[in-house]
Amino acid sequence: MLETTSILFFSFGYLCFLFAIAYMGDKHAESGSSIIGNPYIYALSMAVYCTAWTFYGSVGRAVRDGPGFLTIYVGPTLMAALGGLVMRKIIRISKAHHITSIGDFIGSRYGKSTTLAGVVTIIAVLGVVPYISLQLKAISTSFLIVQQYPQVAMPLHHAHVPVLKDTAFYVALLLAVFAILFGTRHLEATERHEGLVAAIAFESVVKLAAFLAVGVFVTYGIHDGFTDLFDKAASAPELDRLFTIDPDHTTYADWGIYIFLSMMAILFLPRQFQVAVVENVNEEHLDKALWLFPLYLLAINIFVLPVAFGGMLHFSDGQVDADTFVLTLPMAYGREGLVLLVYIGGTSAATGMVIVESIALSTMICNDLVMPVLLRLPFLGLSRREDLSRMLLFIRRAGILLILLLGYAYFRMIGEYYPLVSIGLVSFAAVAQFAPAMLGGIFWKAGTRVGALCGLIAGFLVWTYTLFLPSLVQGGLLPREFVTQGPFGIEMLKPFELFGLKGFNRIAHAVFWSMLANVGAYIGVSLFSRPTAIEHAQATLFVDVFKVGDGLKPLPTGWGTASVPDLRSLLKRFLGEERTDEALSAYAKAQNMDWERSLTADPKLVAHAEKLLAGAIGSASARVMVASVVKEEPLGIEEVMDILDETRQVITHSHELEEATMELKAANERLKELDRLKDEFISTVTHELRTPLTSIRALAEILRDNPGLDPVQHGQFSEIIINESDRLTRLIVEVLDFQKIESGRMEWRISSVNMAEIIAHAVTTSNQLFRDKNIHAELILPQACPPIAADWDRLMQVMVNLISNAVKFCDRDQGKITITLTVGTTASGERRAAGGECPLTADRSPLVADRSPTNMRVDVRDNGIGISKADQEIIFKEFRQVRDTARGRPAGTGLGLTITRRIVAFHKGKIWVESEPGKGSTFSFTLPICEDEG
Amino acid sequence: MNLDHMKNRRLAGLFLLGGVLFNYPILSLFNLKVMLFGIPVLYLYIFSLWTLLILLIAVVTSKVRMKDEVHPSCFILQKDNQP
Repeated sequence: MLETTSILFFSFGYLCFLFAIAYMGDKHAESGSSIIGNPYIYALSMAVYCTAWTFYGSVGRAVRDGPGFLTIYVGPTLMAALGGLVMRKIIRISKAHHITSIGDFIGSRYGKSTTLAGVVTIIAVLGVVPYISLQLKAISTSFLIVQQYPQVAMPLHHAHVPVLKDTAFYVALLLAVFAILFGTRHLEATERHEGLVAAIAFESVVKLAAFLAVGVFVTYGIHDGFTDLFDKAASAPELDRLFTIDPDHTTYADWGIYIFLSMMAILFLPRQFQVAVVENVNEEHLDKALWLFPLYLLAINIFVLPVAFGGMLHFSDGQVDADTFVLTLPMAYGREGLVLLVYIGGTSAATGMVIVESIALSTMICNDLVMPVLLRLPFLGLSRREDLSRMLLFIRRAGILLILLLGYAYFRMIGEYYPLVSIGLVSFAAVAQFAPAMLGGIFWKAGTRVGALCGLIAGFLVWTYTLFLPSLVQGGLLPREFVTQGPFGIEMLKPFELFGLKGFNRIAHAVFWSMLANVGAYIGVSLFSRPTAIEHAQATLFVDVFKVGDGLKPLPTGWGTASVPDLRSLLKRFLGEERTDEALSAYAKAQNMDWERSLTADPKLVAHAEKLLAGAIGSASARVMVASVVKEEPLGIEEVMDILDETRQVITHSHELEEATMELKAANERLKELDRLKDEFISTVTHELRTPLTSIRALAEILRDNPGLDPVQHGQFSEIIINESDRLTRLIVEVLDFQKIESGRMEWRISSVNMAEIIAHAVTTSNQLFRDKNIHAELILPQACPPIAADWDRLMQVMVNLISNAVKFCDRDQGKITITLTVGTTASGERRAAGGECPLTADRSPLVADRSPTNMRVDVRDNGIGISKADQEIIFKEFRQVRDTARGRPAGTGLGLTITRRIVAFHKGKIWVESEPGKGSTFSFTLPICEDEG
Repeated sequence: MNLDHMKNRRLAGLFLLGGVLFNYPILSLFNLKVMLFGIPVLYLYIFSLWTLLILLIAVVTSKVRMKDEVHPSCFILQKDNQP
């Protein structure tokens, strides 16, 4: 039944069925009901990662190095765990900037650079061609093997078959046709292909089902379950080596590097970027795909080892290539249906990969390589052609064909001699070169265009030297000595042991050196180069994509204005009339403008048009095209100033904010302190009120209960009651005064007053106090004292406060208080230099005759206990009292000095204290003399 | 946003966990020619760890989809943040 014609019929029928699915998908998309808009299809489409290499090659690899094959699938699982950070960011950026390929992404990140996008494209094409050749090899080999059914024999090398008789050649052509039909039927502004994704998802189901079927057949059909199969393998000679990692084959360092490689591959292979980023319908789908996709990988790997053992046990003579066990085992047991299923499954895996990869690569070739060049060639006059969409399609179709023919050429010359897995890893190592520029690009703003370019080129050159050129040796295109003795016999430059580095296998060795060169050049050159304005803007947009959002003010675009008709005809050439008008109307509606009436497009509209265009032809080409219609209006000095001004404003605002915060903090601290002081104050005041009240009450009771009290005692008690009442009154007056001053409700009665008179009066009223405490008071007043404008009562209060304060702390036995009034002048400079200290020197004569006096100073000196330096700071603060262990808490509210200071401050004077513990203290204050008021 | 951050942090944690457990030297502890439940112990280790990792990713990512419902702890957090 399995004859050539029926196999061909099934193969072709399968491809047609796929096409039908794709067609249906596109129809659904056009009618607005997407069939791929769910996370399950999204995860399945990601499984395009599993190619023929997985389907056939994993078993072959397992036979060669045991568990090493698993690294290729463990890596993507780890990357899925990191997906929230990396994948989501890449998707968000790509959607925001209409990015359609990995070349576009890197070019756009580094200042919409055409060069960079072109370099990425070249690396991607050269790097991935071996991978495509691997798929061609798998399809044609499996076809040739199935063709010989029921006989199991390895096909001959293709090198002996002429091209026109080679199955692989026709496979390549057929796949090119299908890729063209799938991917380039018409031009999409978003580069999304819903039908293609649906077909790919279906293929993922087919290949998984086929592989599981073989696995179940080998494990439970031929053998008696996993345990039985492993038992048999353990007892067979040489097979139990596959149970462990053989350090001679794969070191742990190799193992780690393979995991790293596959992590990079899942992000940066062009086809993975296509399905995971470009074809992503909804960012939310990523959440489910992050575990569904690894689950798929796990499922497709469960039976790899059993099939490998089954094959080794059955074909123990080593005549059958392990890469074909999946197919040859069912053949050997004569299961026709299963053979056909496996064949279709393998073809599924290979075609899916080839189609998506070639479409992704052709988009890159067209948008990032060919168009930018063509658009810059003036003699072609492309920038003036009416309809370019047909030309774009043509370039893409040619690109697909070119890629497949390159793949076939590589297969003819080299691929035959390599096992499947090694070829795949060569491609992985090539796309891993995108990692520094990509990952650096989305997390590191300082990465520059020149840095990225140097990194990519350095890494790619090392890759070429250590992997690509040696593969040409394998095909006989270069002499064998190149590998064995190094170029020109230089041992140090042997491509597999560069600079004598040993202990890695070829792939790991190449990855190490290329990543070292790449990362080193990227970071090093970035640090020593300056980004241009547009690089700077793009870096911010990419790195801060989650912060920038859509609602914020867009960054300066660097565009001037353009005429609307010009812009419209430009868009029309690439998008077609209908889509252009649709897109512009949508924009106008959102911006509340009437684009059909307005003639000039502002920079914002121009930037929007650029974005639209970028979807169709890539950001680099779009920039070139838009530049052709924009009026020559480069960033003028005004715009630059605007930008600078904005930046400056932002900085100022943040400074202001900082200051405000500091102020708030300080205020908060002060409030807390005041709160604490208020509590203390209340307890002080109540205490102070209660003491006299208690004694008044006690004495009054005695007077009431003892009517016959002797008159002397009666008089004493009455005297105390009166004194205590006075004290109470004073206290209440002080509290009220303080309250008034604090709240600013104090009434000041300013008149012309004589300070000397006030002092004399204050001393007179305090005479009784001096006598009580046995204090000698000395008064030194100048002969003449100029009048000042002040509140007589308040200054009196100041003097009384200072005097009673001095009395309170005076020496108990030989108290002495000296009150001095000096009138003098100070030059302004002198005053400033003196600061808060004494503005007049002590020995200066009381009146300086030659200049009219500018201020006067009062000193009240006592010979009491003195005040320590620390306490000098705080005694003027409200509610503060210096506590003394020997004397206990002094009488008073602690408000006296505060009120005093406020009064002096109101008169524009200064008050301070000079003191040394044990030597008494001097309270001094100054008052200015205003001439016009004098 | 807060929940997204938390999810990302947890996923990054899983990445680190997997990165350590799938590599030398932990891996070398299981690199033995020993069968457990009839299965080579290295494969048993890799596949169970793999399954566990997928399970954890599923748990972490699926929790965030309830972001419209506000978790009670959010209220407490918001209260705490107010001066």
